[in-house]
Amino acid sequence: MEIISILLDAAYAYMGAGIGAGVATIGAGIGIGRIGGSALESMARQPEAIGDIRASMIVAAALVEGAAFFGIIVCLLIVLMK
Amino acid sequence: MLKHRTDKAFKAIFLLLTTFILLQGSAQASGSSDGQFDAGEMIMHHVMDAHDIHLITLGDHHYSIPLPIIMLSNEDGLSVFLSSKFHHGLGAYNRYALDNGHVIRLGSNNPMAQSDSLDMAAAKSMGFSEESWQGYFNGRPSGFINVSITKTVAGILLTVVILLLVFVSVANAYKRAPNEAPRGLQSLMEPIVLFIRDEVAKPSIGKHYERFLPFLLTIFFFIWTANILGLIPFIGGFNVTGNIAVALVLAVFTFILTTMSANRNYWGHIFATPGVPVWLLPLMIPIEIMGVFTKPVVLCLRLFANITAGHIIILSFMSLIFIFANQYGAVAGYGVSIVSLAFGIFMNMMELLVAFLQAYVFTLLSALYLGAAVEEHHH
Repeated sequence: MEIISILLDAAYAYMGAGIGAGVATIGAGIGIGRIGGSALESMARQPEAIGDIRASMIVAAALVEGAAFFGIIVCLLIVLMK
Repeated sequence: MLKHRTDKAFKAIFLLLTTFILLQGSAQASGSSDGQFDAGEMIMHHVMDAHDIHLITLGDHHYSIPLPIIMLSNEDGLSVFLSSKFHHGLGAYNRYALDNGHVIRLGSNNPMAQSDSLDMAAAKSMGFSEESWQGYFNGRPSGFINVSITKTVAGILLTVVILLLVFVSVANAYKRAPNEAPRGLQSLMEPIVLFIRDEVAKPSIGKHYERFLPFLLTIFFFIWTANILGLIPFIGGFNVTGNIAVALVLAVFTFILTTMSANRNYWGHIFATPGVPVWLLPLMIPIEIMGVFTKPVVLCLRLFANITAGHIIILSFMSLIFIFANQYGAVAGYGVSIVSLAFGIFMNMMELLVAFLQAYVFTLLSALYLGAAVEEHHH
């Protein structure tokens, strides 16, 4: 019972928000890193398609970043709301 | 001749960049002499909506462009007045007062109902009411709603004016000389419009792309212009697309258009996804229905989060200077300002790219959803 009342302390919400933001950023980093890596590989294999590949890479990166931003917004809401 | 023109172009770009950089520098000059610097409050103030366009604060004096306040109340009806009557939160007008950015209504027998210098705590202690849409539409006497032109609305109107100016003149130029080569502003707009038509609309929608092309072009240019507007310093700091309500409305436009132009194939894919065994349908149908609603929500959040996060990052880098100056003395502030400036300029350039990219991604995804809605059966 003690544990429950300790864990319901508001300070842990802030810690959770911070950790959540960090984990969301890790996810974005891994995702966009993979996109960039495979884009570079395919550009090296077929230099004629560099333009197309570059455009697709940027679009895919924007979409993955969108997912990371949901996590960030949730963490921001935790910190800003009461 | 060609070398002369490219020289001029380079000089113009260099001048523009230098001015931009110098403007960044002078952004640090103000604000270091007003007590303790609260970074969180400053950032929130820049990112959220306001009832006036705050240009600059020199010492004690606020310089801002007042905006019309439009209040509808069940007691008094329509009240329209400029937000300068609020004297930045120190005044009341017609029983309306500005409390921390919100407009509240003071009680009817409040003697400070129309004064130039208000003690907010004292005035509120005599009873006040807050905005309530439910109260207004239920006919409650204290109900009132705030439909003012706020900074975000002014930003939207400014974006609309810019778009109208550009595109009406380009359209007239095409009407005047339909078979001539494009000149001037046309040659800037034509490749972009063709880019949206050939790379976004045609591949995503297919045969009926012309029906949706005006919508896609409008969405693209509106979001791009509104994003860029939010990046221009010193004109008051607009945050149009970084407002979740604005992003939500844009996403709702896409949602309404998709749902209204959806054909049998679209609904068939939702309620009877092809290739799915019958016993799996009770699971697939709720998932597909949720998908119909989450797609616009995701569009909205992506735009809102990207733009707001960008603004917050730039503002945070600039506030770092003042935080260091307050903690460790003025020299630390100057020292950090070099790093802050470098990162701030880099983030501003990045935000210019993000402004275009988010507009493009929003338009591309809208086109994909519209394409899925009008897709013909092809098995």
